[in-house]
Amino acid sequence: MADLGTRIGGLALRNPFLLASGIWGESGESLAGAWDAGAGGVITKSIGSVPRLGYPNPTVETFDEWGLLNAMGLPNPGIDEYPKEIDVARARGATVIGSVFGGTPEEFATLARRIGETGVAAIELNLSCPHAEGYGTEVGSDPRDVEAIVRAVVREVHVPVIAKLTPNTPDPGALAVAAERAGAGAISAINTVRGLALDTTLRRPVLAHGLGGLSGPAIKPVGLACVWQIYERVRIPVIGVGGISTPEDALEYLMAGACAVEIGTAVTQQGIAVFGRLAEGLARRLDALGLASVTAAVGAAHASPR
Amino acid sequence: MHTIVTVTERVPETPSTVTLRFDYPVRAEPGQFVMIWFPGDDELPMSLSYTGGSSKGVTIKAMGATSQRVQSLPAGTRVGIRGPYGNRFDVTARRVLVVAGGSGAAVLAPAAEAAAASGSRITVALGATQAPELLFRRRFEEMGAQVEVATDDGSDGTKGFVTPLADRLLADGSFDAVWTCGPEVMMRKVALSAARSRVPTFCSVERHMKCALGMCDACALGPLHVCVDGPVFPSDRLLGLPEFGASHRDPSGRRVPFGGR
Repeated sequence: MADLGTRIGGLALRNPFLLASGIWGESGESLAGAWDAGAGGVITKSIGSVPRLGYPNPTVETFDEWGLLNAMGLPNPGIDEYPKEIDVARARGATVIGSVFGGTPEEFATLARRIGETGVAAIELNLSCPHAEGYGTEVGSDPRDVEAIVRAVVREVHVPVIAKLTPNTPDPGALAVAAERAGAGAISAINTVRGLALDTTLRRPVLAHGLGGLSGPAIKPVGLACVWQIYERVRIPVIGVGGISTPEDALEYLMAGACAVEIGTAVTQQGIAVFGRLAEGLARRLDALGLASVTAAVGAAHASPR
Repeated sequence: MHTIVTVTERVPETPSTVTLRFDYPVRAEPGQFVMIWFPGDDELPMSLSYTGGSSKGVTIKAMGATSQRVQSLPAGTRVGIRGPYGNRFDVTARRVLVVAGGSGAAVLAPAAEAAAASGSRITVALGATQAPELLFRRRFEEMGAQVEVATDDGSDGTKGFVTPLADRLLADGSFDAVWTCGPEVMMRKVALSAARSRVPTFCSVERHMKCALGMCDACALGPLHVCVDGPVFPSDRLLGLPEFGASHRDPSGRRVPFGGR
């Protein structure tokens, strides 16, 4: 049976399937539930400096099985309240990665230090939410901003810093290079793709916020392309995100250069049991291909895998 | 996807509740809910108070500003629907005690109707603040249910909460299921009483909801997600949870105790 263990730099994971930020991560019990269901690690909801209600509903629109558009608006209980949720998940043995969002390098640094104090295994920086004014993509689209933010955070924490990057930019590779130069331990790619749902009867956007972020199977080729390009530009590990719902999807990301993957929308379509299903299916697929481990598949589709 | 439908009828049920009816020809079961979008305003989770055939309905209680606004929408208003979501009541129980507090009757009425139609015997403990607020009393009577009433001010039936009335009915009758919906503190009391009487109890739980898809975690209740694991739960899955009857989460995810901050 193929070895599903993998590493994000110094962080060892029991399998490559991480619960993506924004899915289930508001409560510690939910994080623990995803871990119990077989996730290789769980990423918290993106946490900010103060409690944030998020946008009014509708916050989601579904498109059959191929996609999900959301503009939740970064709801979160704030950094003062949230650590107790992390405590709950860690007490249950989960490998927890803390996600934070800020508007400036200083705010990111403070949040990262605070969430780092909870004992998280790594910190993911949300540089890529496509629908929150002053945050996410707005501070993560220019390589200089990415570099400044990552640099400020790396000084404050002792765990790997993961820069989660946007696909809504002409050159995701340049963002990754900037993050690497600033000391990031890994790159996550991608966040959701900016999108819009309209209702023609009502002549208005469906989501209360108007623009949202598209996730699900529709964006897999976009995520794969970003991972592919980033893998060729940086030496640090890459985490693949975007439209992974089957073991084969995950293997495509691994071969494109990802050492781990994040699972989000598939949880809404298959339930939390998706983690067990993906791990089992990936092991079987690796066996069938004669690959002894996840590690052996990473970057395998490139002309010169490293 | 949202389906845009037109409100066909607006029915004031009590001074604080209004039913909106609309054609939505999708199969739905008693206990399930829809997300109903009031364009230009909010989208709310609402248990269906009418589930059969193509004409569905939701019964809205005036709670916050949004529910008060949408209550006044006239017939002809266009709304968006997605769903139905969630699970349902098992309507095969033969001898059912329905315990409804306030607008909780909205989801219990179609379940009781379906059970009564297949020959089950239904007893209803119907509670409200005052007589005019007793929701769906006539509807329960018309399906052949035995209806017992409690009002906080004693203006009809037993004076006080519906829980002592439910306790008395539990002691008298031999029920094979209790279905309850209402304030969570009330449901917790009902579930504890029924557990002592060894009657399986099912609670329809309400939480703040955003996605209704099992994604956003707003409706997390211990390890459960009300939108996809519920909203109807056997009480033995709830009674062990410290949050049940004690706290919920606000839209930011902060824990908020019931009955204020």
